[in-house]
Amino acid sequence: MERIPILQMGRCLLVTIQVDLQDQTALRLQDDLASRIEKTGARGVLIDISALEIVDSFIGRMLAGISGVARVLDATTVVVGMQPAVAITLVELGLSLEGVRTALNVERGMQMLQTVDKEAGP
Amino acid sequence: MTPSSDGSMALATEQDIVMSRQTVRKLTHELKFSLVDQTKMVTAASELSRNTVVYGGGGEMRWQVVTDGTKKGLRLAFEDRGPGIPNLDLALTDGWTSGKGLGMGLSGSKRLVNEFEIRSAPGEGTCVTITRWK
Repeated sequence: MERIPILQMGRCLLVTIQVDLQDQTALRLQDDLASRIEKTGARGVLIDISALEIVDSFIGRMLAGISGVARVLDATTVVVGMQPAVAITLVELGLSLEGVRTALNVERGMQMLQTVDKEAGP
Repeated sequence: MTPSSDGSMALATEQDIVMSRQTVRKLTHELKFSLVDQTKMVTAASELSRNTVVYGGGGEMRWQVVTDGTKKGLRLAFEDRGPGIPNLDLALTDGWTSGKGLGMGLSGSKRLVNEFEIRSAPGEGTCVTITRWK
């Protein structure tokens, strides 16, 4: 089965989703991220979805799930790069991704995570 | 491969959900739907394919390019022979869920298309037909 790679950069974990996600792959990413946060003590998770052509309720639930689990493990998640057509569709579908932080692009997402990390201290 | 103006594909596994998205993407692209309209139709297809696979125990998706005067559109039907939906009004309510999802699949996909029709009887299966006009 496909597996989405998770990269570490300092105290952040980076994930770029570049494939049309199968449901099982999405669930596995959720599990993988939780154990990587625990192992690395990461304070931030950045998920780049700029290559995703759709976000349906399943993927929306995965993003919300990752955010929730990360929060409990004391890490902040930010989802970046959503395509405008995807955002329009998602809102009309009825998903607002409550509790999920978003940023326009990777750069702004990293800034957001660094700010949160500084506030939290060493 | 170019999908012809009508056809069908089996929906049995999770991989088929991905395939149905790709098929609908190609069809809407060929019909020159705007990017937002393509995305809406593909998202609706993804939700309904998943329902067919997960709740219906598998089935099929049929597609048809439809015309109305000078208007062109795409009609998709998702049919299974699963347990059916006992209470359709309830199933179409935002937030109602059988337990595995967010409860946005049916009601949400209805908002993403121009026409939405659902037939279901307990023990006989479910058929959802959606149409989006260009």
